[in-house]
Amino acid sequence: MHGSALFFLELGGVILLLGLLGRLSARFGLSPIPLYLLGGLAFGHGGLIPVVTSETFIETGATLGVVLLLLMLGLEYTGAELVASLRTTTRAGIVDLVANFVPGFLLGLAFGLGFLPSLFLGGVTYISSSGVVAKLLEDLGWTGNRETPAVLSLLVFEDLAMAVILPILGALALGGTLLGTVASVLAALAAVGLILLGATRQSARFSRWVFSASDEFNLLTLLGVTLVVAGFAEQLSVSAGVGAFLVGIGVSGEAAHRAKRFLEPLRDLFAAMFFVFFGLTTDPAVLIGAALPIAVLAVVTGLSKYYTGKWAAKRVGIGERGQARAGSALIARGEFSIIIAGLGASAAGDDRLPAVAAGYVIVMATAGPIAARFAGRQKSKTPISPIPERAPVG
Amino acid sequence: MSRLEETQLPGVGVRYDFHTGQGQRVGVVHHLTGRKEVFFCGPEDPDGATAAINLSDDDSRALVDALGGSQVVSNLTHLKQQIEGLAIDWLEIPNSSPFAGHPLGDAHIRTRTGVSVVAVVRDETPFPAPGPDFQLEAGDTMVVVGTSEGITETAEIMRSG
Repeated sequence: MHGSALFFLELGGVILLLGLLGRLSARFGLSPIPLYLLGGLAFGHGGLIPVVTSETFIETGATLGVVLLLLMLGLEYTGAELVASLRTTTRAGIVDLVANFVPGFLLGLAFGLGFLPSLFLGGVTYISSSGVVAKLLEDLGWTGNRETPAVLSLLVFEDLAMAVILPILGALALGGTLLGTVASVLAALAAVGLILLGATRQSARFSRWVFSASDEFNLLTLLGVTLVVAGFAEQLSVSAGVGAFLVGIGVSGEAAHRAKRFLEPLRDLFAAMFFVFFGLTTDPAVLIGAALPIAVLAVVTGLSKYYTGKWAAKRVGIGERGQARAGSALIARGEFSIIIAGLGASAAGDDRLPAVAAGYVIVMATAGPIAARFAGRQKSKTPISPIPERAPVG
Repeated sequence: MSRLEETQLPGVGVRYDFHTGQGQRVGVVHHLTGRKEVFFCGPEDPDGATAAINLSDDDSRALVDALGGSQVVSNLTHLKQQIEGLAIDWLEIPNSSPFAGHPLGDAHIRTRTGVSVVAVVRDETPFPAPGPDFQLEAGDTMVVVGTSEGITETAEIMRSG
């Protein structure tokens, strides 16, 4: 068969399958990420129908997918919101980090993954999926709930923490002498701090500069800037995704609103490719072999995340039901766990880390929304009226 | 007045909520996408929303009107200093207007555009706060308040119905 004909057939087949899987998950109100990963596993090395011709393209698409996922995440936040969240959530954020990073790290060591892959595994179990959680809050009608700000600020803290953790892990993965590692960690952190400072201080000017009247030129300018920054970030071992995240933070206001509109379809396409590619490169046999560690990780870090959320909600005076909702909403892990595992796989050169991470995310991205729905159902259906007459408050 | 609390929801938008005189929590989430979500909480679980409805910009305007949009007029001077994008304009009713010789209410200006007619000026004589029964005449000048888009629409309605 003609080379490009085969390419179209393969790529078309993969994308079509993703579309169908996405519809299937939407029917059950679940995140499509687990099915994308499973789709990738089916097509990959050791899978049912190995994809050969289009793999290079999917790999490039996957790299772009990471950049776009994090750019879009950055667009959700403004620098001011990040600073405000940091002020109010530092304590809860640190508790969240310790309670969910440490179990992943220790269990990684216990399963014999080695020091560096275990550190990455800690990152995988730490970070909740902003995408899945945001969708969940929306679907279950929890946006107006009083515990929701606590949930959202934990997510913000995690996303910001990731921008710090990824460069550190990246520098550690480079190895070398202790002094060299410390130097590259510091260089990476300085780069992050510098871009973040620029992004928050010069946000308005930057947004005006990037944006013109035409969506087409906006897209090209913003994407170009993002990729250039991502490239420099990668060169400084900050990781391209973190660079893109910081660019996203720098774009704010109406500009960010419009950018989200025209970037969303691109993000959806390339992020799907990213999940498929991760599945492609993961050996299903290794994943099945790691079933027990995955199950232990899922139970332990599911509970640790649940109690973190519950505690964070209790701290701000939320009642029992609200606490349960906050805890269960945060359980889902998704895109960012996979991103961290992807970096870890290339840095640490261990094929069990991506397999464990893939299995873990398949479980958590499915179990999280189910747990949240269950917690939501605990609420007795009270009629809106009649309302018991009370003395006016205040 | 009930105390309105503002809470930032990073990545989602802004939440405004207050407790009614009867102690029920009611609020609006302004999503970054422009959608507005009105929610209320039952007395059983004051943290969680019992029910919520989504409103577009048009829907919100209709709801505000239903709740007593005439307050907008009485608070006009106050609002003018506070709200950007609120415009006042004077619109003359042309001879060809389909509403010349008809009651003001027939034009349904507020429902269609969200614009309020504050007064009608006829031969230098102001008629403040005209009701829906007020008979318009060609050459009258309407004093209108609303968004600039709404006022443009109103002018269009008065010209060609």
